[in-house]
Amino acid sequence: MTATVEFGKDLTGLERLTAEQITAILDVAEPFKEISERQIKKVPALRGKTIVNLFYEPSTRTRVSFEFAEKRLSADTVNISRSGSSLQKGENLVDTARNLEAMRIDMVVIRHQSSGAAEFLAQRIPSNVINAGDGQHEHPTQALLDMLTIRDNLGSLAGRRVCIVGDILHSRVARSNIWGLLKLGAEVAVCGPPTLIPHGVGDLGVRVFKRVEEAIEWAEILNVLRLQLERMHAGYVPSLREYNRVFGISEARLEKAPRDILILHPGPMNRGVEIDSHVADGPHSVILDQVTNGVAVRMAVLYLLAGGSPDRAEAAKQEDRS
Amino acid sequence: MSGPRLLQGARVLDPAQRLDAVMDLLVVDGAIARLAPAIPAPENAEVIDLSGLCLSPGFVDVHVHLREPGGEHKETIESGASAAVAGGFTSVCAMPNTDPPIDDPAAVGFVLAKGERARLARVYPVGAVSVGLEGKEMTEIGELIAAGAVAVSDDGHPVWDSGLMRRALEYTQVFDIPVFSHAEDQGLSGQGVMNEGAVSTALGLRGIPNASEDVAVARDCLIAELTGGRLHICHVSTAGSAEIIRAAKARGVRVTAEVTPHHLALTDEAVRGYRTDAKMSPPLRSASDVAAVRDALVEGVIDCIATDHAPHHYEEKEREFDDAAFGVVGLETALGVSLQEMVLGGRLDLLELVDRMASKPAQIAGLPAGSLADGANADIVVFDPEERWECRADRFCSRGRNTPFKGRELVGRVVMTLVGGRTVYDRRGERADARATVKVSEDVG
Repeated sequence: MTATVEFGKDLTGLERLTAEQITAILDVAEPFKEISERQIKKVPALRGKTIVNLFYEPSTRTRVSFEFAEKRLSADTVNISRSGSSLQKGENLVDTARNLEAMRIDMVVIRHQSSGAAEFLAQRIPSNVINAGDGQHEHPTQALLDMLTIRDNLGSLAGRRVCIVGDILHSRVARSNIWGLLKLGAEVAVCGPPTLIPHGVGDLGVRVFKRVEEAIEWAEILNVLRLQLERMHAGYVPSLREYNRVFGISEARLEKAPRDILILHPGPMNRGVEIDSHVADGPHSVILDQVTNGVAVRMAVLYLLAGGSPDRAEAAKQEDRS
Repeated sequence: MSGPRLLQGARVLDPAQRLDAVMDLLVVDGAIARLAPAIPAPENAEVIDLSGLCLSPGFVDVHVHLREPGGEHKETIESGASAAVAGGFTSVCAMPNTDPPIDDPAAVGFVLAKGERARLARVYPVGAVSVGLEGKEMTEIGELIAAGAVAVSDDGHPVWDSGLMRRALEYTQVFDIPVFSHAEDQGLSGQGVMNEGAVSTALGLRGIPNASEDVAVARDCLIAELTGGRLHICHVSTAGSAEIIRAAKARGVRVTAEVTPHHLALTDEAVRGYRTDAKMSPPLRSASDVAAVRDALVEGVIDCIATDHAPHHYEEKEREFDDAAFGVVGLETALGVSLQEMVLGGRLDLLELVDRMASKPAQIAGLPAGSLADGANADIVVFDPEERWECRADRFCSRGRNTPFKGRELVGRVVMTLVGGRTVYDRRGERADARATVKVSEDVG
C-alpha cells in the first residue's frame, strides 16, 4: 500500500486528485468492506469526531450511505436537510457554514444544487469538506465507488473501455467518472442525445458517440445515467418513450455486443427509460455492488481526510473499542 | 474662477490633432487657451511641472453603471464619479438600468443634477429605449434628449423585440443620437453563467455560447442597415461579432462598437475556482476571441474601449457562482489593464490608446470632450505610462470591489485629473512622498 500518499483538507472533486491518491482511496476502501459484514458493524477510527451532513438537495442513497460510513467509524453525526431548517429560511451558505463552525465541528459532507458550492465552503471554513454532489460539477465518492466496483469485477482499470450513457450535460457523476477513469488509465467515452452532451467535452479527453449502438460495440463497461424527468419538460428530449427507443439500454441491444458488458447505474433507476429491467437485474449488472461499495469508499474518504494513514487502515479495523 | 494654470513639460498626446510631443499647456477659465512648446508663464499663473509624465484629453467612458437611484449600496453617482476621475475619466455615460430606470425626463434631470453636485467627472445620462426597460413601449426619446440624455439603451437587457429596435433606430435619427445595444439572444444564453466551452464543461456551469452574441449583433446590424440609424454595439466579446461588425462597416452601415478592458485581457480560464469576480455579461471568452477583439480594436472595427463598470455589494459576489451577480468594476483599472495589454503588448501606441479611450468614445456619444484643441474644455488626464502598481480593491474610490484584477500588477497609472481646468484627482503628493521615502532609505543605507 502507498504509505507516502497525502491528502489535503477536502475532497471537492477528482479533477485535482492524482492517480496515486485515487488508488490509495480504493485500496483503503478494500479492507473497510469487511466491517459492514460483521455482526457489530463498528470500529473506533473516528470516535469523538463531529460530522455534519448538509444536504441542500433531496438525496436518500448518498445521504444514507455517508451516514452508515460515519457511524461505522464511530463519528457523531448530524443531518441537516433543506426542509425544516434555516436553509429553507433563506440563510446563505456562508452564514450556515459559519454557524456550524461556531459549534466546533470536524467535517462537513455537503450536497448542493450549485456547481462549486463544496469548493466555496471548503475555502471558508477550517473543517474538512467532502463533496456529496455539487450542481453539475462533481460527485467524487460516486465515481470512486463506480471505479472500485469495476476494479472488483475486472481486476484493473487501465486500458478498460468505459462509456457513460445519458444526460452528460447535467451530470456531476459523469464529470467525476471522466476525471477518475482517465487518471487511472481507462479509455472513456460518452453517449447521449446531442442536446445533453456538453460543449467541449472532447477536450477533456473523451470520445463521443451519438448512437448507443456504437457505444455498445466499443465498450466493456456501460455506466448508465438516470434521465431526470425535468429534462423532458425543458425540451432536451421529446419524450421518455422516445428516449428509451433511441438510447435505452435493452437486452436486445446488448445481445449484439461483441462481448459481455458490465452494467453500472448510479441510481435511482427509471426502469423502462434509460435501462430495461432485464438488464438492470441481469447477470452482468453490478448495480447493487455499487451500493455496497459506496459505504466502504465513503469510510475510506472519511478516514483519510481525518488524518488516517493509508497503511494503517487494516490496523484501524482491528483496534478494540475499549 | 481660479487663475490660469500652466501645465509644463508633459508629453502631450492628442489624437484629434495627431500630436505626440513635449509641450506646455495653458488653461484659462476652465478651457484650453494655448498648447505650444515652452509657453512663458503668465503673471499669477499656477505653474505645474509634469515632466516625465503623459498628458492627454481626459478619458471618456460611454458605458458605466452608477447604480443611483435605487442601488446606492453598490455605488452612488458621487462615488462612481470619484472612481471615474481616479481612473482618468472626465466624462462618463451612465446607463439607465437603475431602480427606477432612467426612462423619463425627471429621472434624466436627477442623474444630471447629482453629477453636477458631485463636481467630479461629467456625468451624462443614457435614457432607456423602452418604458421601464420592459422592451415594449418606446420612451419619449425627444423629451429625454431635451432633458440631457446623450443616447438611449436598454443595457442590462437586449431590446429583444426586433420591431422596437427598428423603431428606435428610425426615431433617434431626428436627434442624431446612437442606440446603445446590449446584443444578446437570451434564448441562446438560457440560464448560462459563463462562456460555453471546455472550462464550463469542466466546472459544470451552464454555458453561454458565442452565438448568443453573434446572432444579436447580426440582427442589430441588419436593422441599422434597414433604417440608416446610428447603432453602437456594447461590450463586444466574440470573434464572430467583430467579423459581423467589420462586414457591416464595409457596407457603410452606421455602426460603432466598444470592447471592455476585461475582454481584452482575460479568458474564461479566469473563472476557474468559481471566481465570481470573473462573472459578467457577456462572459469572458476563449483565447481566440480575445485575440480577435484585440485585432478589431487595433484595426478600428471596434472603435473604443468602455469599461461596463458594474459595481456590486460584496454580498452579491460572496456566494455560489450560479447565484452571484453579473458584472465587474472597471473605471479604476481601465488604463492599467488596457495599457498593459495593448501598448506593452505592442498592439497600439500611446496616441492610439488615447484615441480609443478619449477621442473615439467622445465622438460616439457626441460629447464635448476627447480633444485638446484651443477653446476645448480643460478636461485632462495626466498619467505615468510606466508606473507599476498592484491592483488593490480595498483602495478603490468605487464602492464596488468586484474586480478580476485583484492582486494583479498593472502598468500605467493616473497621476492627476482635471475637469474644466479644476483638479479633481491628484496623486502627485503621494508620489513625492514615495520618492522621498525611497531617498531617505537610500541615504540611510
